[in-house]
Amino acid sequence: MSPSASMAPVLVLRGLLIVGALVGLAAPWLFDLNQLTLMTDVFTVLVMALMWNLLAGYADIITVGQQAFVGVGAYAFYGLTVLAEIDPFVAVGLAGLVTLVLAVPAMAFVFRLRTAYLAVGTWVVAEVLMLIAGKLPGFGSGSGVSLPIRIVKAFGSSLAARTQNIYFLAFGLAVIAFVATWALLRSRVGLGLTAMRDNEEAAGSAGVDLVRGRILCFLWTAPFLGLAGVLVTLQKLRVSPGASFSITDWTIYIIFIVVIGGIGSLEGPFLGTILFFVMRQYLSDFGAWYLMLLGAISIAIILIEPRGLWGLWRRFNTREAIPVSHHPPVV
Amino acid sequence: MALTLLNLVIQGVLIGGLYALFALGLSLSLGVMRFINIAHGDMIVLGSFLLMSLSQFLGWSPFLTALFMMPLAFAGGYMLQRFLLQRIVGKSVLPAVLVTFGLAIIIQNGLLEGYGPNTRKLSGGAVEIASINLGGLIDIGVYPLLVFLCAVLTIFALDRFLYKSAMGARIRAVAADPAAADLIGLSAAKIYAIAGGIVGMTMMLAACCMSVWTNFDAAIGPSRLLAAFEAVALGGLGSLWGTLAGGIILGVAQNIGSQFDAAWQTLAQHVVFLVLLVLRPQGLFSKG
Repeated sequence: MSPSASMAPVLVLRGLLIVGALVGLAAPWLFDLNQLTLMTDVFTVLVMALMWNLLAGYADIITVGQQAFVGVGAYAFYGLTVLAEIDPFVAVGLAGLVTLVLAVPAMAFVFRLRTAYLAVGTWVVAEVLMLIAGKLPGFGSGSGVSLPIRIVKAFGSSLAARTQNIYFLAFGLAVIAFVATWALLRSRVGLGLTAMRDNEEAAGSAGVDLVRGRILCFLWTAPFLGLAGVLVTLQKLRVSPGASFSITDWTIYIIFIVVIGGIGSLEGPFLGTILFFVMRQYLSDFGAWYLMLLGAISIAIILIEPRGLWGLWRRFNTREAIPVSHHPPVV
Repeated sequence: MALTLLNLVIQGVLIGGLYALFALGLSLSLGVMRFINIAHGDMIVLGSFLLMSLSQFLGWSPFLTALFMMPLAFAGGYMLQRFLLQRIVGKSVLPAVLVTFGLAIIIQNGLLEGYGPNTRKLSGGAVEIASINLGGLIDIGVYPLLVFLCAVLTIFALDRFLYKSAMGARIRAVAADPAAADLIGLSAAKIYAIAGGIVGMTMMLAACCMSVWTNFDAAIGPSRLLAAFEAVALGGLGSLWGTLAGGIILGVAQNIGSQFDAAWQTLAQHVVFLVLLVLRPQGLFSKG
């Protein structure tokens, strides 16, 4: 079967995306508190998936240390609001900024490494930051510390109000992360990144500044991941080295999501996130077996279709649901 | 004080031997097949658990059982390379990282399911507690010393094999240029599979030495991978003796860090690695 370029299927997908956004906006009036908490998780994970995909799928930075930025954001938020007693809402924004500032020295280490070395190098840096977090005075050392009631109440005096406010923070972050990353990929820089994704040497010889593109992407992900870390903290109401810097939750699952959904596309992280939560809902009781299944599926996907489920879809329909490519102007 | 420090350094050097054994297989797969095996540490831990089961079943000492398992380890490494990893070598880095990453998760959780979360250790018998007194406060364990000598001998043998034997020349030819090697009749796929088998044997050796030396459980694979990776990167790609030097640096750093607490033990290891990496990104003994 030859691929078609028919518009109808992608128009349906775009319609679904818009309906999804509207449902997201109206969620507090449509769902109960448990469902709202679940959706907060979904949007937080979507942000992380978008960021890992930007690095691994476009900038050729395969990181296994993404949990570092999530943890730094969480610890920065706790430090700013509890220890420095800054207004909680201001502290949310500042935590993203702190993550961005810390990303600069992290980059100095990480960018010394290339290709295969980089994956493990980022992991080492994340491990170091986690161990340091466990040594910080005022953060409860290795076992972590809970958010004081005062801070929790600042996000809403009742459980219902709090759940709703935190949900909107997560939803807003996901929308901003998606729209901004989409705009980045459609810009001149993004064109270079797409060229890098397809052929690094050719892109370099065509005048794409590879180093600048990589630096921009690396720094781009830091504040978003830091803010995701704040949301995680608001959901769990505590910070701890093990949970805030969890490699399983903030990197391993995210890699599976992006690989299964489709690396190097914007549709992939969406598909992967939806599938991940559906699977989690039904299979997470199986514990270790569930993780083994995720591992096996992602290996199969890499061997069969390296561009994931979205890559499979595009074998049948070449159109993009979230268009980032450019068409030459018609003369 | 100086004597205490000397003692720490000597014990650290001996731990470095164990780290070098962890790292040899990784060094080969990075140097020959040009991919990083994220599951490297987990495969070593898998080896330790299989060794435990088989030595209990046969009632043999872990050392004899490991010797018995060497051909199996070769076969395992050979088949893994031939039928799975061969499909992803030579492409970009991404598929290799992701497939071995998937393998790592499968092995870790498979071990958790099969053996549970408890820590284990194998008994090596009298050799474990024997020690040599070097005068004063300095005692050297016979077992760590034997592991260190084992690392030195293995590196010597692998080095001779790679640079003096016909098969070694074939492996280096394929590593240098798979396409050109194919032209002169060397099948890259077969040579890689043999190298994969050798990697499997070094993993078994590391598994045996580790499981008698320290506790292990299903979750420690990643920390072994990080130590192995750091030893390879510190030593410089392509230099097996460099890997030993890298392992020794990590061992000494860890041992001095452990004087403060358990977190500092690992932190010192990573920090020394990162600092040396910034000073000398190509590694200490890089060949080109």
